[in-house]
Amino acid sequence: MALDDDLKKDGFTFVGTRPKRPDGLDKVTGRAKFGADMVAPGMLHGAILRSPHAHARIKGIDTSKAEALEGVKAVVTRADFPDAVQHKPGLAGEMWNVLENVMAGEKALYDGHAVAAVAATSALIAKDALKLIEVDYEVLPHVTDVDKAMAADAPVIREGSADRSVPEGLHPNVVRYHESGHGDVDAGFAQADLVMEDTYKTEATHQGYIEPHACLGMLGADGKGELWCTTQGHFYFQKVCAAVLGLETSQLRVTASEIGGGFGGKTTVFMEPVSLALSRKANRPVKMVMSRSEVFRATGPTASASMDIKIGMTKDGTITAAQAVYRLQGGAFPGAPADMTAMCGFAPYCLENVKQIGYDVMANRPKQAAYRAPGAPMAAFAVESVIDEMCNKLGLDPVEVRLKNAARDGTKSSYGPTWDAIGQVACLEAVKAHPHYSAPLKEGQGRGIASGFWFNHGGETSVSLALSEDGTAQISVGTPDIGGSRASMALMAAEVLGIPYENIRVTIADTATLGYNDVSHGSRVTYASGLATIKAARDAVEKLKGRAAAEWGIDPEAVTWEDGYAKPSGPNAGEFEPMHITKITGKMGRTGGPISGHFEATPEGAGVSFGTHIVDAEVDPETGKTSIIRYTVVQDAGKAIHPTYVEGQFQGGAAQGIGWALNEEYIYGKDGRLQNSIFLDYRIPVASDLPMIDTVIVEVPNPGHPYGVRGVGETGIVPPLAAVANAVSNAAGVRLKELPMSPPRILKALKDQKG
Amino acid sequence: MSKIHVSTTVNGDPVDFLCDPRETLLDCLRDKLALTGAKEGCGTGDCGACSVEVDGRLVCSCLMLGAEANGKSIATVEGIADGDTLHPLQEKFIDYAALQCGICTPGILVAAKNLLEKNPDPTEEEVRYWLAGNLCRCTGYDKIIKAVMDTAADMREAS
Repeated sequence: MALDDDLKKDGFTFVGTRPKRPDGLDKVTGRAKFGADMVAPGMLHGAILRSPHAHARIKGIDTSKAEALEGVKAVVTRADFPDAVQHKPGLAGEMWNVLENVMAGEKALYDGHAVAAVAATSALIAKDALKLIEVDYEVLPHVTDVDKAMAADAPVIREGSADRSVPEGLHPNVVRYHESGHGDVDAGFAQADLVMEDTYKTEATHQGYIEPHACLGMLGADGKGELWCTTQGHFYFQKVCAAVLGLETSQLRVTASEIGGGFGGKTTVFMEPVSLALSRKANRPVKMVMSRSEVFRATGPTASASMDIKIGMTKDGTITAAQAVYRLQGGAFPGAPADMTAMCGFAPYCLENVKQIGYDVMANRPKQAAYRAPGAPMAAFAVESVIDEMCNKLGLDPVEVRLKNAARDGTKSSYGPTWDAIGQVACLEAVKAHPHYSAPLKEGQGRGIASGFWFNHGGETSVSLALSEDGTAQISVGTPDIGGSRASMALMAAEVLGIPYENIRVTIADTATLGYNDVSHGSRVTYASGLATIKAARDAVEKLKGRAAAEWGIDPEAVTWEDGYAKPSGPNAGEFEPMHITKITGKMGRTGGPISGHFEATPEGAGVSFGTHIVDAEVDPETGKTSIIRYTVVQDAGKAIHPTYVEGQFQGGAAQGIGWALNEEYIYGKDGRLQNSIFLDYRIPVASDLPMIDTVIVEVPNPGHPYGVRGVGETGIVPPLAAVANAVSNAAGVRLKELPMSPPRILKALKDQKG
Repeated sequence: MSKIHVSTTVNGDPVDFLCDPRETLLDCLRDKLALTGAKEGCGTGDCGACSVEVDGRLVCSCLMLGAEANGKSIATVEGIADGDTLHPLQEKFIDYAALQCGICTPGILVAAKNLLEKNPDPTEEEVRYWLAGNLCRCTGYDKIIKAVMDTAADMREAS
């Protein structure tokens, strides 16, 4: 086996097979430990009091009655966090935002904003104690809609939140500005036979992971702490909690539980510092578990969006110019992904003239968090809807038009970089060839297709691999396994070491055991932790070869590694029997000590990802209900390490996108309170809502990974909003421009069309 | 508030516990009996992650009070396997990758087992409607439905 950095494209033994996942047994027997499943001796239960107002000044908090309740051991408010302590340096930037979100300061900024917390000997007592806390609020005017939040008369969420990117003259709620593109869009529009311009809107949706946020924190007066929590990134949680609580980072050890879904929403710290603050005050461990209603009201939904798209096209389907303005509302803090939204919208295409602008806008809603390709699904909805409408107007095939304009290897992207090897064309060709695309439709049905793009991410990564005396391997990774990544790591290590998949155990190491790891986001785990696993295994193999070379008395360079054996590299190296890994590890204590492999880096070749979806939908004109009849996902995976789990990512992304398109939305009342904070009212797709979801894994190897891997987790949610909207619009005969396409909205569109 | 003494059977074992009248069966299973296989995803009976059988009937344990369990027979995910032999549904869920994060899996296994005991030959539509009360956010249900259908076929063949 080659041990250089050359891209390995074929001849795999383990990679591409579909073994059982290592945590399968734990998860089908109920013994896997998730966030809320941990206990500690002497444990207390915490609960959080949340603002019932969308925007209110906190004039005073009286906790005395709560503190007097039997069983209550600690009560905390913002005064218990270090930015209020004189001798500590103040927090700045995002860390201050996290603290402000975790526990309100001068103002409650949204319905559900934490204002105080209690730890008590039982969860029931803690909840009872919340009712005894008296908060004196001065209710302020609020705004929850993105366009209204930018209007001149909108209440200001927080003065001075805008950074220098924002042009002068905009409302203080506009806090970030992005502009990119190239060419001359006005000249491009002048060349077009058809120019279409329209406004599209999407509501905020929630990641909807089934496991609510949960943690168990323990912090002593000595500044040493332990935190168990459900998270996509325990190293990041360590850093944030330490900063917010004024601790030394290394003194807080964070262990990630099994994670019951995240989709981006568990990359953000919402509650964990509260558990630690209560623990510090009570000097006992404090467990906190959010209710579903708290999850909806106070953890990261997506941004909501309002978008103006303008595209020019010639009669043959060539796009001459494309322009977009994206306004994203990300709650009461900066951070809506307006920049990423803007960059993703036109990325599937090779355009001469393109311009995109993004506005990040604050409003009285919870702080938005990442949700699978944050920002990209909204942009794709708007852009791909307009392209579909233009194809209909010009009588052109939507796949042919996308192929004609497709981004290819060497294309200068809509936002700047020039593409390396990319899969947009391969995906579109696979769509064209798929039987779904040519299957006949029945009366009342419509077909939609849409493309989507996501950047993918590398990020800081550390992996450690230790060999045992029996020739088996233990791998420590620092990226929580959110969808089967332990299986993928073991497959990649097996490929390098040449030992069976089953002989490798992969553990998500705690923060005290491994160097820093960026969170499991950006579809980075199989790419970055996978790359690091391969390199750590190669590091171990070099050491194994060295031991064999020493025993044979030859140069280590003259030893190769093949299928779990050290072998002389050729006749010149000498005549030796191949030495199995177990022969080397069995005596490693006597030949130089334990053999381990390591890799630490920030890999930057994540490899962008494209996908295109095909949807058939049927719309009932009487009720406005949409049924998804058939669904096919086509996406570039670079190289599928465990194809079954790649399919699972495609299917899960599609299902979430279908929910976003048809049902899911944050509904705020005039009082600024969230109206639908339980799963009965915020309805995610259930089994009877969906058909089977067919998948096609396209493999255009990513040159930035030793085995060609591209992340697959996020791109799958980018096309479905648009693909479903195109299918629904084609079925209903009227263009739907606002999500979700709930029955009332479809009925209204049909009625408006009839006039 | 005074506690209520509850005597019940869980996965065939007799158990006793004291509970607050406000505590749900789910709270009691998790916090008093350390059976954390059943999960609280919503607390309102909408997600099915806390599914258990009570006297053979599928219920959301978050919607039933612990005190109501007195004299009943409760079956949870921890009791599905027979010693070291997994139930065919458990085997098939692993083989088909019918789970990603696994938080909904205990409830779905309890619900699917209950279905197959009532209807050994369900159609895809029947499986989808039976499991409509069990939310999964990761998989899009595709592999779950296939795993249940295929388990049913295997079990019919074996019987």
